[in-house]
Amino acid sequence: MSRMSVTIADIEKLATLSRISLTPEEKEKMRGEFDSILEYVAAINKIAEHTEKDARSIVATVNVLREDTEPHESGIYTGTLLSAAPKREGNYVKVKKIL
Amino acid sequence: MIDPSSLTIKDAHDALMRGDFTVLELVQACLKRIEEKNKELNAYLEVYANVLEQAKAADLKLKNLRAAQRAQLSNLFGVPIALKDNILVKGERASASSRILEGYIAPYDATVVRKLKEAGAILLGRTNMDEFAMGSSTETSAFGSTKNPYDTSRVPGGSSGGAAAAVVAGMALGALGTDTAGSVRQPASFCGLVGVKNTYGSISRSGLIAMGNSLDIAGPIAKTVEDAEILFDCVKGRDPLDSTSVELPRLPIGGQATTHDSACQSAGRQQPTTKLKVGVPRNFLEMKGIDADVLENFNQSIERLKALGCTITDISLPTVPHSLAVYYVVMPAELSTNLSRFDGVKYGLYREGESLLGDYLQTRTGGFGKEARRRLLLGAFVLSSGYYDAYYRKAINVRIQIEREFAAAFEEVDVIATPTTPTPAFKLGEKMTDPLSMYVADIFTIVANMGAIPAISIPSGYAHREGKRLPLGLQLMAAYGNDRRLFMLGTLFESAQQ
Repeated sequence: MSRMSVTIADIEKLATLSRISLTPEEKEKMRGEFDSILEYVAAINKIAEHTEKDARSIVATVNVLREDTEPHESGIYTGTLLSAAPKREGNYVKVKKIL
Repeated sequence: MIDPSSLTIKDAHDALMRGDFTVLELVQACLKRIEEKNKELNAYLEVYANVLEQAKAADLKLKNLRAAQRAQLSNLFGVPIALKDNILVKGERASASSRILEGYIAPYDATVVRKLKEAGAILLGRTNMDEFAMGSSTETSAFGSTKNPYDTSRVPGGSSGGAAAAVVAGMALGALGTDTAGSVRQPASFCGLVGVKNTYGSISRSGLIAMGNSLDIAGPIAKTVEDAEILFDCVKGRDPLDSTSVELPRLPIGGQATTHDSACQSAGRQQPTTKLKVGVPRNFLEMKGIDADVLENFNQSIERLKALGCTITDISLPTVPHSLAVYYVVMPAELSTNLSRFDGVKYGLYREGESLLGDYLQTRTGGFGKEARRRLLLGAFVLSSGYYDAYYRKAINVRIQIEREFAAAFEEVDVIATPTTPTPAFKLGEKMTDPLSMYVADIFTIVANMGAIPAISIPSGYAHREGKRLPLGLQLMAAYGNDRRLFMLGTLFESAQQ
């Protein structure tokens, strides 16, 4: 698979998705680093061609879910967890208006 | 005089039980080392304020116990332990060495911490690390690098570099780090210590600040294999708070439990030789960038294993050496997902912007360091709709192949050996300008995380640079669930060196 170079516009889009701001210099630097990292990880394309289709993971990528039952008593951790919030009003975290 | 830099956990336990010294005296010996050395090494970010109270309470408890009750105490009772800064201790700060967790106080104990407390261990403080465990040198910490006690112009490894430096410098008798790609084994190797990444899930992840959930595990750093096993035995086990946690079987599984294993277990640690088959993946060792001294030392280690009675077999692992490439897709995907919870709303740093989105941008841009930003963007990239199939899905397929390749290899051999790291400890700053060169530091260790299998790093000798001795490590890996085999062979290897 040939890969197109990452553009500054790509980096900007990814930064927006990641909710971070980058300076023009940081964007340019990141673009170069992305190219070399993606070139390195491109090795997996070749290997993936030879992997068994539908091979099943033994444990490494098997998801384990628990039953959604037996909740703890409501409210017993609320105070402790809310005390970590930077801005709080009563039993709510406080954020800026979005509409 | 207590010398905490040469005292093992086991010896400290025996001395405490005999009454050679008190817990308080032992803790004070570590605190003295911290006072003398931490300014230069920057291993600890914080020593907990209640350390002396913990020690006094332990001494009081010990005084009031009858001999029979004392005999029931854990080997860790009264033993000062350091914790990496991504392990939660209720009521204490935890920052994962990131500014984004500024002011955060942990509201609960990690399961590993609860178990250490129940054993009576003294929790000394939290140690420096790469930010969110992203790095192999401790240089991405928001609070400055840790220095290698063997040569302070060099890195201690990472990401659990502070924990390793603390143990080797006698600022704690053992430590718990976390290992996602080598973050326990690589600093242990650079600092001449034993580091273990056990079978995935064998230690609960509850209360660890997550990096890559399918790879992360807490792990012991100690002076000897026996000490590392003591720490593992204390913190291991299935935990309802981590649904991926598992109880390891008593005997090895996933391969043939040889008669040798049971003979060795019944004979305790005195068994002088072993008949284990050790596989050496020569194709992996021939990759470029592996230091000549490291290779020479590795070959000496193999000779030592032969002398212990092991059979050495060359094995071929064609896919496993590509683990690092897979890692740089899987890990950023998991990491960027984890880091999305840091938004200035729920906890940690808050920086005000003009809108809610502005708050997010200000907080995250101000809170995350360079490596975090790089990996956030990489994660967003490999998970975005146009690239998900090309990167993430392929990486998962290759990962499954790696896992199966290991399972097949362990049908043929009992243990696989590699060096722990491709080079000895490198200079501070040497790899900070080129992220890929830093990533390659994990080339041998990452494979065990990818395959969910156990691996141990054991000191194997030294390389010499500029008149300084730099420790090297031998990595031994075993099949899923066969952790005990590594502790056994590791103990033999260690004693054969002395």
